Amino acid sequence: MSDQTGMVAGGLLHLHPADNVVVAIRAITEGESIKVGGTRLVAPRDLGLGHKLALTAIAEGEDVTKYGAPIGRASRDIAPGEHVHLHNLASRYTVIEDIEGTNA
Amino acid sequence: MTAATLTGWPRADGRKGIRNVVLVAYLVECAHHVCSRIARPFDESDVQVIGFSGCFPSDYGQEMMEALCTHPNVGAVQLVSLGCENFRKQELAEAVRASGRPVNLVTIQSTGGTAAAIEAGRTWVADQVDALPEAPRVAMDASELVIGTICGGSDATSGLTGNPAAGRAFDRFVTEGATCIFEETGELIGCEHIMADRVSDPALRPDIVATVEKAARYYAQMGYGSFSNGNALGGLSTIEEKSLGAYVKSGSSPICGIIKPAQQAPGGGLYLLDVVPEGAPKFGFPNINDTAEIIELIACGAHAVIFVTGRGSVVGSAISPVVKVCANPETYDRMAADMDVNAGRILRGEATLDEVGDEIHDKIVALGQGGRTRSEELGHTEFVLTYKTASGPEPGCHV
Repeated sequence: MSDQTGMVAGGLLHLHPADNVVVAIRAITEGESIKVGGTRLVAPRDLGLGHKLALTAIAEGEDVTKYGAPIGRASRDIAPGEHVHLHNLASRYTVIEDIEGTNA
Repeated sequence: MTAATLTGWPRADGRKGIRNVVLVAYLVECAHHVCSRIARPFDESDVQVIGFSGCFPSDYGQEMMEALCTHPNVGAVQLVSLGCENFRKQELAEAVRASGRPVNLVTIQSTGGTAAAIEAGRTWVADQVDALPEAPRVAMDASELVIGTICGGSDATSGLTGNPAAGRAFDRFVTEGATCIFEETGELIGCEHIMADRVSDPALRPDIVATVEKAARYYAQMGYGSFSNGNALGGLSTIEEKSLGAYVKSGSSPICGIIKPAQQAPGGGLYLLDVVPEGAPKFGFPNINDTAEIIELIACGAHAVIFVTGRGSVVGSAISPVVKVCANPETYDRMAADMDVNAGRILRGEATLDEVGDEIHDKIVALGQGGRTRSEELGHTEFVLTYKTASGPEPGCHV
């Protein structure tokens, strides 16, 4: 119960040891420099609460991991400190096709 | 770690309660007012009103009422019937009697109307209330607890603080041998394959996936969309991510079975409650509000329910205490008197997820040691029960 996950590092929350993203837990200003574990990240833009930054490099096609589980795949290479959102993260989920019966 | 000892009321079926509630239950809406008036003089005692409003027959309503009236937190039951409704009242009264609990059935039409029925009910309930302090109590272990979890009034903080902290509390309870139940399959869409990797028995895998896909299909037919523009503005990028924010309430223990409303889990461990009926939508949304979900968890034997809220729900529940975990520190500052745990401290760097998880765990244990929740202190005893398709076969044990 004494690992460092769940610790707040100056506004970024690392939810699970396996995660390659951290989450803003307050409004963060562009250019702010925040240390998470041994890594220093510089906010590339203003970020609202709940937005994600890459903690490590994530190659195109790799899983983006939050809560220790995949939340989709990188749709292009993502550098450490980059904002991770709709422009570089894509869902792997296909239940809509399942509902339509085309992927049953 | 030795689990702290609780004190509980022993029941004939071997379960123990952390409350000793006297229920006043209407078997059709037409008897609701009489129940409210029966309970009114006992406002300072654990006398609570529940019931089923519908007049048409409902196997689900019957099963739910039986599970609730024989819940371990219930000590005695006053049933009130109008007289001409379709509810199988003798069957329910017999089930309560067979459970070893005092039960009294008042039928308004044969008793002589409203005033006579209120008088008859109050006389009987007063005797039960007088007997409450003498009811024997026994030592109870944390492993005997059944705990449910839900989230409602969620915001961007729910998935960051309250829900993961609730998951940590669940992990501790499962380790101690308790039964933990999570649900909201409609909000787990996108998590089914992740969940399927967590089962204790591979035979459960297809059932988990099918349960969530059924929910996705059901909600789609109801015209309910899962991922909104507001979610993206709040930083959520995919449906998997949104669902995981709710799913983390379940913690990281293996999932050992799926249960249906009013079914009791066969043993300790983590269970998924499948709240979505089979087939095409028949009676509307599976659960119309947070209280409907809480009541289904309680019908599955939950002694207490962990409720994570970001925007600030105030509800409690009939029968079982609701521990409210406030995920958002600003909401907590405004509504502290309604909240049991301030998970928002995590956002301010004042606590870790593990520390808040321990606090939730300890609050629940304390409920069996004389502790009470904020919603209990404020007199909340919300209850709702609507029509739904009855549950399926009894759950198997996959531990």
